[in-house]
Amino acid sequence: MNAFRNTGANGLAGIAVLAAVVVALALVPLLAEKFYVQFFAKILIMGIFAMSLDLLLGYTGLVSFGHAAFYGVAGYALALVTPQYQAANFWTSLPLAIAVSGLVALAIGFFVVRMHGIYFIMVTLAFAQMLFFLFYDTKLAGGNDGIYIDVRPVAKIGDWQPFNLDNFAHVYYLVLVLFVAVYVLLRVVLASPFGRVLAGIKANEHRMQSLGYATFRYKLACFVLAGATAGVAGYLAAVQFGVVNPEMMGWHLSGAVMMMVILGGMGTLTGPILGAAVWMLLELWFQGLTKHWHLLMGGFIVLTSLLLPKGLIGLFGDLLHRLAKRNG
Amino acid sequence: MDFNTFLIQLLNGVQYGLLLFLVSSGLTLVFGIMGIINVAHGSFYMIGAYLAWSLAGVLGSFWLALPVAIVLSVLIGLALEWLVVRWLYHRDHLYQVLCTYGLILVFEELRSVLWGDDVRSLPIPELLNRSIPLTDTLSYPVYRLGISVVCLAVALGLYLVIQKTRLGMTIRAGASNRDMVQSLGINIQLVYRIVFAAGIALAAFAGMIAAPVSAVAPGMGNHVLIICFVVVVIGGLGSVKGALIASIMLGLVDTFGKVLTLQVGGLKLLPELSSMTVYVLMAVILLWRPEGLFGKKF
Repeated sequence: MNAFRNTGANGLAGIAVLAAVVVALALVPLLAEKFYVQFFAKILIMGIFAMSLDLLLGYTGLVSFGHAAFYGVAGYALALVTPQYQAANFWTSLPLAIAVSGLVALAIGFFVVRMHGIYFIMVTLAFAQMLFFLFYDTKLAGGNDGIYIDVRPVAKIGDWQPFNLDNFAHVYYLVLVLFVAVYVLLRVVLASPFGRVLAGIKANEHRMQSLGYATFRYKLACFVLAGATAGVAGYLAAVQFGVVNPEMMGWHLSGAVMMMVILGGMGTLTGPILGAAVWMLLELWFQGLTKHWHLLMGGFIVLTSLLLPKGLIGLFGDLLHRLAKRNG
Repeated sequence: MDFNTFLIQLLNGVQYGLLLFLVSSGLTLVFGIMGIINVAHGSFYMIGAYLAWSLAGVLGSFWLALPVAIVLSVLIGLALEWLVVRWLYHRDHLYQVLCTYGLILVFEELRSVLWGDDVRSLPIPELLNRSIPLTDTLSYPVYRLGISVVCLAVALGLYLVIQKTRLGMTIRAGASNRDMVQSLGINIQLVYRIVFAAGIALAAFAGMIAAPVSAVAPGMGNHVLIICFVVVVIGGLGSVKGALIASIMLGLVDTFGKVLTLQVGGLKLLPELSSMTVYVLMAVILLWRPEGLFGKKF
């Protein structure tokens, strides 16, 4: 019984912490300059992206090295439905972009989720590169220069416009709302029976199969959900930056988002968010230090992957554990 | 397409495939024997090309630069195994991918610091800078034929070393049971170091000999790496024979994808989408055999 009571208390405390964080984040545009508001929006966008990857990486044990494909495809979906010098409709283009990402994930997932281990890593990378080259080499969508989105989507309902995406603070609040929505959605999904099956697949796929679960379908559904969620992030990135290019689906981004998840701590939702924030701050810091900041970033990745197997969350956990031991 | 053009494209395809084999054989060996997935493998292709370019400039001759560059790349491989890779043997593939992804950033940036971001070109060495005439108007460069011959020789050498020598026997034994080999008194750590350095040197060597016929450019390793992943996946992880067959298949598919034209109902597929042909091939083969042509079932 004790255990149950603890979970309940933790659950309440969790909601309280979440509410406090959301309130704090909502205050950002009132206090900070434009640059920092946009920087925070970028962190939240990457946070959504990293959470979506953790669904595969941390919760289901599918190491996808091509997750940027779904992020990029959603951005391109917005760019392609935006008529030149006119605005797209926000209410139709967002679901469309998410659907496109989900469909692409369904098509790729059909091939890849039957793979295991190292094959899965390589094949997800290869498929993402295939999409990258499709956009990079052909004149389908602006080639390697990408496409500029001259006018941001308009969110009109009849004559009423609840928010204006040309205003950076409105973009920030949109990102924040979707960020919270994604977080809550993933929490609910992961706590559902579906989420428990995913955890079972991660622990022992053969056992899940012998229990009668069609694991292929569960993994495919998870892959599509992760892809569609990455699409939310990709759409928001396209709105905020006003441009899409093939780099959005490049493997540098796939590697970076994987790094955010690991850095923060896999198999948690808070971890990837923390990882995204630390990663973006580090990037900002290193870029200010030297032109060759990739060198510092690369060195940082090598050291983290060698020394911090459980990510920052794990490190904090260990420290807390040690403190508790010393005190009690 | 007439016969001579076909012949030239065939030779080009085989030559490209054999070059891919040099790079991917190292990738598949390091995985098959050491269980390490090294995504920084393509960086050594780039490093090889840049080493050949800069040493040829310093020493004045491609033929002098070649051995020096090979020795340097072996040394880099040994150092890297000692510094980084040996900590990864017992780690999950995920961390191997991440760590070596970090290495790509480091190598790419070091290249930028040392040699700049310009595209370089290396002249074809005098000795082989001629062509074999096929008809009055068509001819085939000797240097490209030379690349194919050298690659075949390396493939044969690899086969002999792995199958016929004592070192090869140790390597094969180490791949199937590391602890057993170690308890028989063999220094498996040393064997791994040698295999890793050899794999690196193979990729760098491919970059060196490819440098005169391709641009020496930033990011050149990344493209090769992805294609080599496809090779290794199609051929079956850890299988050198599979890598050889898959490389030549990919070389031919890629080359002919660029010169053939294919239209389906007014929709132009080739050569417009030629950069995707190899991935389509991979998807088809994986649907048929998820573990690749010569891979072990996982």
